[in-house]
Amino acid sequence: MNIKSKFKEHYWPSFKKLVNKLTVQTKPVRTHTLSNGIVVIEPFSKTPLILFILLILSVIAWEATNVNLTYLFTRFGNFFDILRRMTSPRWAYWRNVIQPMLDTIQMSFLGSLIGALLALPVAFLSANNITKNRVVLGTTRFILSLVRTLPVLVYAAILALAFGFGVFAGTVAIAFFTFGILSKMMYENIETIDLGAYTAIEATGSNKPKAFVTAVFPQIMPSYLSYSLYSFEINIRYAAILGYVGAGGIGLLFDDRMAWRRYEDVAVLIVMLFIVVFTIENLSRYLRKRLS
Amino acid sequence: MEKKLTVQEMYEQHPKRYIAVITTILVLGGMTIWSATSIRWPSINPAGVAIVRTIFRSLLEPNRDWLFTLRPIGIPKQMFETVSIAFLGTILGAILALPLAFLSSRNITGRFYSFIGILSVTLIRTFPVFVLGLMFVRVTGPGPFAGVMTIGLASIGMMTKLYVESIEDIDKGVIEALDATGATTLQKIRYGIIPQLSANFISNSIYRFEINVRNATILGLVGAGGIGSTLIWAMAAYRWKDAAAALWGIIVVVLVIEFISTKIRKSLASSDS
Repeated sequence: MNIKSKFKEHYWPSFKKLVNKLTVQTKPVRTHTLSNGIVVIEPFSKTPLILFILLILSVIAWEATNVNLTYLFTRFGNFFDILRRMTSPRWAYWRNVIQPMLDTIQMSFLGSLIGALLALPVAFLSANNITKNRVVLGTTRFILSLVRTLPVLVYAAILALAFGFGVFAGTVAIAFFTFGILSKMMYENIETIDLGAYTAIEATGSNKPKAFVTAVFPQIMPSYLSYSLYSFEINIRYAAILGYVGAGGIGLLFDDRMAWRRYEDVAVLIVMLFIVVFTIENLSRYLRKRLS
Repeated sequence: MEKKLTVQEMYEQHPKRYIAVITTILVLGGMTIWSATSIRWPSINPAGVAIVRTIFRSLLEPNRDWLFTLRPIGIPKQMFETVSIAFLGTILGAILALPLAFLSSRNITGRFYSFIGILSVTLIRTFPVFVLGLMFVRVTGPGPFAGVMTIGLASIGMMTKLYVESIEDIDKGVIEALDATGATTLQKIRYGIIPQLSANFISNSIYRFEINVRNATILGLVGAGGIGSTLIWAMAAYRWKDAAAALWGIIVVVLVIEFISTKIRKSLASSDS
């Protein structure tokens, strides 16, 4: 008898019994008799078990992060002190913000564009209804998920060290990030489309890329443009912090002003960032609505 | 009677969107030129290429002393701290987002109060994560505790938005039916509202937890705990093997959490419908 079947016959049932004992059997099955004589069994609820696990995890995390409530309550006034100073912004500071803000917008625009352009062919390669080769599929998907795991800031830090501090590092970092998420969104999108037209065109003797352009492109174009706009939208927020690692944009100013405790200037920065993000988000939302 | 069209005529009738296409190309092209010309392109210098090569090489041979040790400096300990920050932060954010979400839902509080709710959420969302982090570091002192508070506040925006969506989708028929059976308000909430929302809420929270783990990996940069500080200090000192160890820690943990979160959310979605 090999190990697998032995496991299945001997250990698995007893393991199952143990799990049942721990979860279901600890609580007697509750039944209710209705007025017309029908007996209803109350379904077993996993909620207490889940809550208990969450509680244990919270306690562990609580210990690991040195949460100290008394400290928080006695010193929380500081937080509101900072906020209060932010309510009287030093508006004259706006002149210093314009250029870095433009840098931030350019950085996220160009980064999103490059990332989006690179994402399309890779999405094509990693969609399981178009690429049948499992090796290609697995490799591209694995690389994509590796690219996605690292935060933009890490890319920006590495690139800034390698190619000098400035907007270039930020642009490439954002391109990387956009490429990672957009490829995933796009291959998931391509997998849902109707491939009838694609097969039909292939059957007329056209080659794969041609069939792809005529049959698949029109179907994915609206969502591709809409996802690209969406990533541009979120990239503005990311681009705003890249300056922390020296990758250009207004992050540099945030870092500087916070370090000098000039919260009046930070408030100006936040307001201006808000205006830019708000405008771009609404513009992009409007365009995306038109696209769909 | 409509005339039957030939293929040629049908093709001629396809929607023509020349104006839209040309404007899009002009706008995109203009913005590209504007952005590309104002960026100072560095000449790809051999030093930079050498650094990139070193980074890739050290990714293959990270500092093993850090990767497999339980000492405080070790990567496992620090990733544990990072995940703990994200976990507590998510719970804090979920709890804070709950009342805000009910306040911002139009079908619960009406137009005026929901506007106030949405406005306050927008205000909170305006603060970049890092600014919040720096503010909390000044309140609680540097350390993971500041990270928990930062992640908690930073999660409010998205969680509220997702909660509001599911609250506004509530099926009122269930509540009316409970009303007809003579249920009290508490019973209506317990049997009419909570079951409709719980799956969605849990799924959203898990999704946000996934994002928070990524965010927590970089909070160390502002002194708010987690693996970020190790990573940044190692990189700033060009100790690439130590940085690579931290990067591997992040990659493995994020991948594992993404996998588990997708699994749970999929099973929630299927049990939901």
